[in-house]
Amino acid sequence: MSNAPTVTDPDTANADEIVLDVRNLVVEFKSGRQRVQAVSGVTFQVRRGETLGLVGESGCGKSTTGRTLVQVQPATSGAIDYQGQDLTLLKGRKLRQMRTKIQMIFQDPISSLNPRRRIKDIVAEPLVIWRKGTKEERTAKVREMLEAVGIDPDAAGDRRPGEFSGGQCQRISIARALMAEPDLLICDEPVSALDVSVQAQILNLLADLKAKFQLTMVFIAHDLAVVKNVSDRVAVMYLGKLVEVAGSDDLYREAAHPYTEALLASIPEPDPDHISDHKALTGELPSPLNPPSGCRFRTRCPYAQDRCASEEPLLRELAPGHQVACHFPVGPLASGSASV
Amino acid sequence: MPDDRELLDTGSSAKLLGDRFPGMAATDEQVVALQSETLDSDDVLSKKPFGFLFWFAITWVGLVFLAAIFANLLPLQSPNFQNYSALNQGPSSAHLLGTDDLGRDLLARLIFGSRVSLIVGFCGVAIGLVVGGTAGLISGYKGGRLDVALNAGSFIILAFPAIVAVIAIVTFWGQSLFHITIILGIATIPLMFRVIRASSLSFAQRDFVIAAKTMGATDTRIVLREILPNVIPVTVTFSLITVAGIIVIEGTLAFLGLSVNLPTPSWGNLINEGTANNALSTNPYIMMWPAMSMFLLLWSINLIGDRLRQRFDIREGLL
Repeated sequence: MSNAPTVTDPDTANADEIVLDVRNLVVEFKSGRQRVQAVSGVTFQVRRGETLGLVGESGCGKSTTGRTLVQVQPATSGAIDYQGQDLTLLKGRKLRQMRTKIQMIFQDPISSLNPRRRIKDIVAEPLVIWRKGTKEERTAKVREMLEAVGIDPDAAGDRRPGEFSGGQCQRISIARALMAEPDLLICDEPVSALDVSVQAQILNLLADLKAKFQLTMVFIAHDLAVVKNVSDRVAVMYLGKLVEVAGSDDLYREAAHPYTEALLASIPEPDPDHISDHKALTGELPSPLNPPSGCRFRTRCPYAQDRCASEEPLLRELAPGHQVACHFPVGPLASGSASV
Repeated sequence: MPDDRELLDTGSSAKLLGDRFPGMAATDEQVVALQSETLDSDDVLSKKPFGFLFWFAITWVGLVFLAAIFANLLPLQSPNFQNYSALNQGPSSAHLLGTDDLGRDLLARLIFGSRVSLIVGFCGVAIGLVVGGTAGLISGYKGGRLDVALNAGSFIILAFPAIVAVIAIVTFWGQSLFHITIILGIATIPLMFRVIRASSLSFAQRDFVIAAKTMGATDTRIVLREILPNVIPVTVTFSLITVAGIIVIEGTLAFLGLSVNLPTPSWGNLINEGTANNALSTNPYIMMWPAMSMFLLLWSINLIGDRLRQRFDIREGLL
């Protein structure tokens, strides 16, 4: 894509340049005659070089959002602008070319590698598809990339994925994703299927590679402790909508949405004497088939009032770079700005 | 989990279990170091001996095939030559398997008769595989309206009772080997379609297919490189079982007098002759040889299919 007028040179690139601009993204699934909105109007930006964490409980639409970003799941409405191109409008060869710039790391490392292909073929695939380089150049590139992710190319190249552990498979799928030379890496719970000791290795590897290859990342997870360590900014999702977006440190210090507050309180303390003074979040995630009126969190919110049922809170800026969708925010930022 | 054989193979009893999980290694260096060691022992895991029965089955199928192919070169009588001085004889040096009530050599009839069974069985499945298999692969991967339409088509063929269809078609079209092969081939199309579609569908949802899409692979490439290799094992096994099934159906048709015209021998025709006109009590050999051969062939094909499936089953991971 040398003809595209991009500003990928790190020296000239503006630090605040927006790589990915997602506007009003809606993703619907058909369930019999009904339609379920897995993602209902999500808007966010990803800036070059940052890591955006996307958190929320199971079924809140965070994985669907990730899959829509790589256009494996079609968007029902809304726009996904990548370098001025709306990905949702692309088709055919143009889409195939464009989508290589956004790669994905999956939750299940075993399922993300074809069990019948050899590691060297799996990793070389992005080059083979686009007929890049000669056979020797490809082999050299595969070796280099496998070494970069901590896999010995001599021992691993001719093996098949079934002979590797989950952590090793995840390293291999990271190598494959990077072979496509992406700008943006979508990590969909990349460590939740792994051992805790391996989790740290993979997270460190991702951080190293991010610096080395100047990547921008969207990191999807349900584990706030993990997200805090890797993200520059965090977006919290609840039932298909964003409830709070803030810088990682800000969010953990001064969470403004009651849902974020509850999530943070649920992080286990590594102290046996610590007694949580916080009520755990009760109830189930409401069915997305029939979401609550007004604020979607009101059915489980300890601070809910009448207004929450009648009027839907929109995402508004509470402090610079700190957005929240709540009529009655909590925490240090709340004082004085209770409601607009 | 590494299984016992793997642990035994490395031979080091002092090895801690933790060391067997390369992922648990603390540093990258350890990961790399452990890798080459774990990987060396994998041959034991994937290569289980086939066993005596498998090789016996292979030998029998091979023998039947060779005899059928080279029947004209073998020192045999013509299968339709009637020797009235040797009626209903038992096995002898002149007629290894004996003769029937018209003095025809049973070995010659058995070998020439196997041609019909093998051609109908294997060519019929080939037709089903090419048409039904291709449709199933695409249908399972693409889904959507195409899938719905092809599915409906397969149900229509399946809903039609095959035997009735065959009887009707053969009656009007003529009882030739070609016709019977085509008809039975068409009858296997929906079977192949359904099995391969189901397998293709289950792999089409896997993350490695999504990964191939995000890398910009075309649909053709995904079907051929990512899905087909995974579908092949189940296809081979099911095809072999279907071959056995078709051979039985041809035998049934022949028994009803609806397969190739007499006096051309087929195993079904021979069994039919062996049970007609009280032949079973006067000369049981006529019916016994083809029945035993067919039994052994079907058993062998099924066994080979089953053992191949076991061999193809690869481990999908340690997680």
